[in-house]
Amino acid sequence: MFAYIIRRALYAIPILVGVNLLTFVLFFVVNSPDDVARMHLGMKRVTPEAIEKWKEEHGYSRPLLYNADASGTGKLTETIFYDKSVRLFAFDFGSSDAGRDIGEDISQRMWPSLAIALPTLLIGLLVNISFSMLLAFFRGTYLDLSGVMLCVVLMSISGLFYIIGGQYLFSKLLHLVPVSGYEPGLQAWRFILLPVVIGVFSGIGSSSRWYRTIFLEEINRDYVRTARAKGLPEVRLLFRHVLKNALVPILTGIVVVLPLLFMGSLIMESFFGIPGLGSYTIEAIQTQDFAIVRAMVFLGSVLYILGLLLTDISYTLVDPRIRLS
Amino acid sequence: MRAPGLLFNRSIPFIKWMLCLVAVTATVACSDQPWNSPYPPEQAGQNILYSSFSARPNHLDPARSYSSNEVVFTGQIYEPPLQYHFLKRPYQLEPLTATQLPEAYYLDAAGQRLPDDAAAEDIAYSVYDITIRPGIRYQPHPAFARDRQGRYRYHALHEQDLDGVNALADFSATGSRELIAADYVYQIKRLAHPRLNSPIFGLMSEYIVGLKEYAATLERALEEKGTDHYRLNLADYPLAGAEVLDRYRYRIRVKGKYPQFLYWLAMPFFAPLPWEADVFYSQPGMKERNITLDWYPVGTGPYMLTVNNPNRQMVLQRNPNFHGETYPREGDPGDVQAGFLEDAGRPMPFIDTVIYSLEKEAIPTWNKFLQGYYDVSGVSSDSFDQAIQIGSGGDIALTPEMQKKGIHLSTAVSTSIFYMGFNMLDPVVGGDGKRARLLRRALSIAMDYEEYISIFRNGRGIAAQSPLPPGIFGYVEGREGINPFVYDWTPQGPRRKPIAEARRLLAEAGYPDGRDIETGKPLVLYFDTTGGTPDSSAQQNWLRKQFARLDIQLQIRNTDYNRFQDKMLKGTAQIFQWGWNADYPDPENFLFLLYGKNGKVEHNGENAANYNNAEYDRLFEQMKNMRNGPERQAVIDRMVAILRRDAPWIFGFHPKDFVLYHDWYHNAKPNLMANNTLKYKRIDPALRELRREEWNRPVVWPLILIVLVLVVSVLPAWIGYRRHENRRVKVVSS
Amino acid sequence: MIQPVLLWTDALIFVLLVVVLVFAWVARGREHLRAPWREVVRSRIAVASLVVLGVYTVTGLLDSVHYRKALPTQDGQQETQYSGDVLSLLDTLLGPLRTQEEKTYSAPFATQLYAKETVSGPDGTQTRMFPRLKYGGAHLSDPASQKGADIARRSALALAEAVAVLLLLYGLLGLRLARKWRRSWRAAMGTIASGKAEVPWRTALLTLAVFVLLITLMINLSAAYHVLGTDKVGQDVLYQTIKSIRTGLVIGTLTTLVMLPFAVFLGMMAGYFRGWVDDVIQYLYTTLNSIPGVLLIAAAVLMMQVYMANHPELFETMAERADLRLLFLCLILGITSWTGLCRLLRGETLKLRELDYVQAADAFGVSKSSILLRHLLPNLMHLVMIAVVIDFSGLVLAEAVLSYVGVGVDPTTQSWGNMINRARLEMAREPMVWWSLLAAFSFMFVLVLAANLFSDAVRDAFDPRLRAQR
Repeated sequence: MFAYIIRRALYAIPILVGVNLLTFVLFFVVNSPDDVARMHLGMKRVTPEAIEKWKEEHGYSRPLLYNADASGTGKLTETIFYDKSVRLFAFDFGSSDAGRDIGEDISQRMWPSLAIALPTLLIGLLVNISFSMLLAFFRGTYLDLSGVMLCVVLMSISGLFYIIGGQYLFSKLLHLVPVSGYEPGLQAWRFILLPVVIGVFSGIGSSSRWYRTIFLEEINRDYVRTARAKGLPEVRLLFRHVLKNALVPILTGIVVVLPLLFMGSLIMESFFGIPGLGSYTIEAIQTQDFAIVRAMVFLGSVLYILGLLLTDISYTLVDPRIRLS
Repeated sequence: MRAPGLLFNRSIPFIKWMLCLVAVTATVACSDQPWNSPYPPEQAGQNILYSSFSARPNHLDPARSYSSNEVVFTGQIYEPPLQYHFLKRPYQLEPLTATQLPEAYYLDAAGQRLPDDAAAEDIAYSVYDITIRPGIRYQPHPAFARDRQGRYRYHALHEQDLDGVNALADFSATGSRELIAADYVYQIKRLAHPRLNSPIFGLMSEYIVGLKEYAATLERALEEKGTDHYRLNLADYPLAGAEVLDRYRYRIRVKGKYPQFLYWLAMPFFAPLPWEADVFYSQPGMKERNITLDWYPVGTGPYMLTVNNPNRQMVLQRNPNFHGETYPREGDPGDVQAGFLEDAGRPMPFIDTVIYSLEKEAIPTWNKFLQGYYDVSGVSSDSFDQAIQIGSGGDIALTPEMQKKGIHLSTAVSTSIFYMGFNMLDPVVGGDGKRARLLRRALSIAMDYEEYISIFRNGRGIAAQSPLPPGIFGYVEGREGINPFVYDWTPQGPRRKPIAEARRLLAEAGYPDGRDIETGKPLVLYFDTTGGTPDSSAQQNWLRKQFARLDIQLQIRNTDYNRFQDKMLKGTAQIFQWGWNADYPDPENFLFLLYGKNGKVEHNGENAANYNNAEYDRLFEQMKNMRNGPERQAVIDRMVAILRRDAPWIFGFHPKDFVLYHDWYHNAKPNLMANNTLKYKRIDPALRELRREEWNRPVVWPLILIVLVLVVSVLPAWIGYRRHENRRVKVVSS
Repeated sequence: MIQPVLLWTDALIFVLLVVVLVFAWVARGREHLRAPWREVVRSRIAVASLVVLGVYTVTGLLDSVHYRKALPTQDGQQETQYSGDVLSLLDTLLGPLRTQEEKTYSAPFATQLYAKETVSGPDGTQTRMFPRLKYGGAHLSDPASQKGADIARRSALALAEAVAVLLLLYGLLGLRLARKWRRSWRAAMGTIASGKAEVPWRTALLTLAVFVLLITLMINLSAAYHVLGTDKVGQDVLYQTIKSIRTGLVIGTLTTLVMLPFAVFLGMMAGYFRGWVDDVIQYLYTTLNSIPGVLLIAAAVLMMQVYMANHPELFETMAERADLRLLFLCLILGITSWTGLCRLLRGETLKLRELDYVQAADAFGVSKSSILLRHLLPNLMHLVMIAVVIDFSGLVLAEAVLSYVGVGVDPTTQSWGNMINRARLEMAREPMVWWSLLAAFSFMFVLVLAANLFSDAVRDAFDPRLRAQR
């Protein structure tokens, strides 16, 4: 087990190098360092000398990937790519092109993201499981049918509409929650309430339908039929056996997204003005701050790989027949 | 087997916990604060002004900050020697930290003093001697903190001393000191610092004596020493153009005659900076903790920046060491009636704290303003109809809904221009040829900016007749002021020439019905822009409609900002839209946008159209140094006439700023030049508290309704379940 | 004279159409492919959604035939010159909808603008009023009293037309089925009406009836009114939503078309060859997967803009620029979404290659490529089919979100995402402008709902596990 984890961690390194190289190439195919400099120096009265200076100051004056002027390994190490990427592996994100320390920013902005993502996930899980259990319980009746139809209808509505509609109704018309914003600490609940409700609601459609299928699959198994034939009440059957066994695929499916919760939701955060990592990424893309984009991509891929690893481990935990080798 | 059991055993504490949460919710809700208040309850009733920022300011270092969103902060913190009078119009300079407005005296090349009325070409240098008021002190700041022996406490820190320090507030000791003339000189030297990239270094090195050479000196010094850049003690390197005369006096020497220089002295670029700040911030480990001058400015102004979290909010707090200033006692006629002189003679500033929250989107910002959570708001085109109605006589008034809320409106034509430029280097629309000129003039008529203003700005703007906006010297009102190539004069005012006239010009230019008379090819023009916002596609559709009226096809080339800049620099754009916001209220600041030696492609200047007309350039050089008066007006008139004939721009429009503010907000007279107006503002927090409560009563019944609907929809399921169970029981029992 | 224009996406759409037709023709002859489809068309919901999808597809196809009109020739001119406006067949059919532009917002069926305007009277006085529209209800002298009756009259006419068209369709269908079933026309008509036919023809007809009625209503009413109002610059909202159909379909279908070859072949190769091939392919998709999609898309869109800025001569018209951006978006969405299917197919192939018949083929020395193509591919087709159908609705919805982030389709392309994006500002207006949002939302909703329902039916029919359960 331990050896397996080590091996997977080593396996992650080439992936991270690949991710880094790809983002680097993608970004600099589009934006030459000159562009980046101009972007950051502003609109008025920018001189070529200022651009040169800026590039030098922020480490963009070297060649991108290959330094023909240097000697030996310097050909590869004295480049922007080497300069900017190697430190990432030590989780040293450096400072953004605008001059702020990225690690500091990330550690600050991760909490609002989590404050929204975690409740959304947990409450969503609770709501979806109860709803799909209800459907499974009433399978084949008009309730089940209309429930599934409702799911399809909910699925077919664009997520943007939930946000726009929810904000309009609850904040503007009913004055129930603040329109947008964020406040750390205990006061945060007033700001995350609406995003969480909307997040849960917009997820009901697809998740509940999926969970219902899992439940039905489980209900049709032999042991359930046997138990039922023995006269076990339906409710106890559902909670005792079906739920327990169905939770396995549901939870293992969720594990992979767990680490990514840190990354926050791009759309939700920018609509509700929540200073999380999602809006941080969007801003970085819009202001073409490569340092931040690179850091976020790196972080994202690390978390993704972590998620895959966690999934593998959780499989072995729930099903002892699977051995990791 | 245990998992579900666990879940359900835990469910009881879980329910308890939920109940607690509800209880907490209820208590918070029962506090006198409305549910939807975005602010913590303890701020209720305090003398706090709430505002917003949409993009985090990049630079708060006075040598570097130039953007309007940065000046919002730097203007309140730094005090340059001069400022604009808050109430008087046209804009007037008055001393701020200086004792009086400096008067320049002139020297010839040999250093001999010249009479004040000497001809501009004889003047080699202008000299400004500035005296500052004694007794002004800096805001409390750790950079000034000293220990008992009088040594600076935080000037020789090691990396490990900074453990646990994340913000400036984590330094326990602070200090202050008196403002001296040397601080002003120090800042002027910083403009040339090679590591600071001051945006005005290029411009100022043309004027301030020795500044260009000074940059080279510093560069050399840096290379020799190889030390960290701030560690350079600028006092060791004298600058010919800026010298300290004594503790309270300093002297600036400017090349030639440059009367506009005084305006620069009212900008934060020329504010004082204590050398202690540079030493403090340049210590190792500071930058990694985001503690830099760009984030924590040090000034003498009425406010100081205490919280700078660009991810969420920025807080300005009253500077306890502020030297004190009183509200002006006189203003324009009409200011008394408008209530702008109620506070005359009272000590400023009035507001204790200003909280700027990050707002990325316009809609939430507007909604929060309506709910009373922001004190001031602009008017976006989409909320316009809700806020403002235009009376039958064209008079602008607030809608009854706004009036009922006690919201006030202030309007001002801003000192800026949005124009559509032709790249004069382009073979089709550019150049001095007759054909292209007629084409440009035809397009000038076809681009119906009155309609643009009415659709996209709800009438918040006036169509421009020349580059000069109203309020700037040289602007001519009325019949004489119209552009005769585009407008006819009618008793109701200027009227755009009919489209038939534009078509006639187009035919004369050799494109009858939008097709080349020789080849029959349809005329295709290209508009280069940086699109992306939802509104931009509507605007682009509108643009195409305008060109289509002349049967010209307009192709829109959307690119990102960088690509656009690149095109402008290389001169490969054809038609573009650009704007200019005045640095200072002088016609020179607008007419230089078309001065040949400012050509974008050749000189990397601000003349984006690359317009080059020898006669215009000659007149510009003459006008630049003149005093406002009939002679200057005559020169400006000639320059404007040349521009109208050549039409290198379609003079788009001058936007009108509409500002809405609540009943509790006072002294809201718009001042587009001054950037330190916060200290004049006053609010009435008690009234605000009252209104907020009144406007934000939560509406709960729909929630109850939703719960009811849920219950009703689950009911059949429950009944079904009961029936099911009963049947089972029966089956089992039978 | 017209000059046909073949945009990139047009070409690909027609390629896709041909592929689908060929597949259908092949499937006709093979029972194992035909059976699930027969299953699909027996479901009433599936047939109804198929009709909906059909109507959307026809609209999209009509909108994919592009041409440029010639300009009138001038004296002494050698060659014909063409207008820079690229039109589609649909534009021609919609005729007045495209050209009848007002100045700015107007509500559905309005006869006046939505915003007040200062109008100078002949005597020089200025009044602030809602001006009449240029086209909407322009034929009425007194809209207040005449509008209701006029709309009712036009609607009644539309109803009559719709009934006539439907009766005709019903009759024709009866004829066709009578021949097929070898029964009398009357008997066939009766079977259709009773809803007892094997294929639920009645449902199909009823669904079609709704659309026929909507279309006749649109034809009758939109000539004189803006049925769904106008947008900020006075463009008809109905026209925009109809034009958006093509964008939605292109993104939903071409994206999968682009990704399919990668996903299928890489997935199969990884599963079949294992070893280093598997390692490389796994490495590839894990790497791609771990980059946030938005960033990849943003970078690609920017890249394409650079390319277009550097090669302006390649893009004569604006339609071509917008089209290329659309294609690029499909490509890049494809690249970000092929990994899921690839992984699925890899797993399935790993299982299949151990089966006896594959092992046997291997032992007989059948070439690897033919094992892949003849033995493995057909057994994976159901997974591919399900993935394609399911992805479709997700992609249509994704377009809206991407437009919000600013990396969606070109702002000049009509798309639901762009409409919703603009609507955000309109919602904040007071009085609110709701019709753009509602129009985009309902058109998109109907399409996605139909696609979801259809994909359900397809999955039920194709998924062997589900089939076994029944």
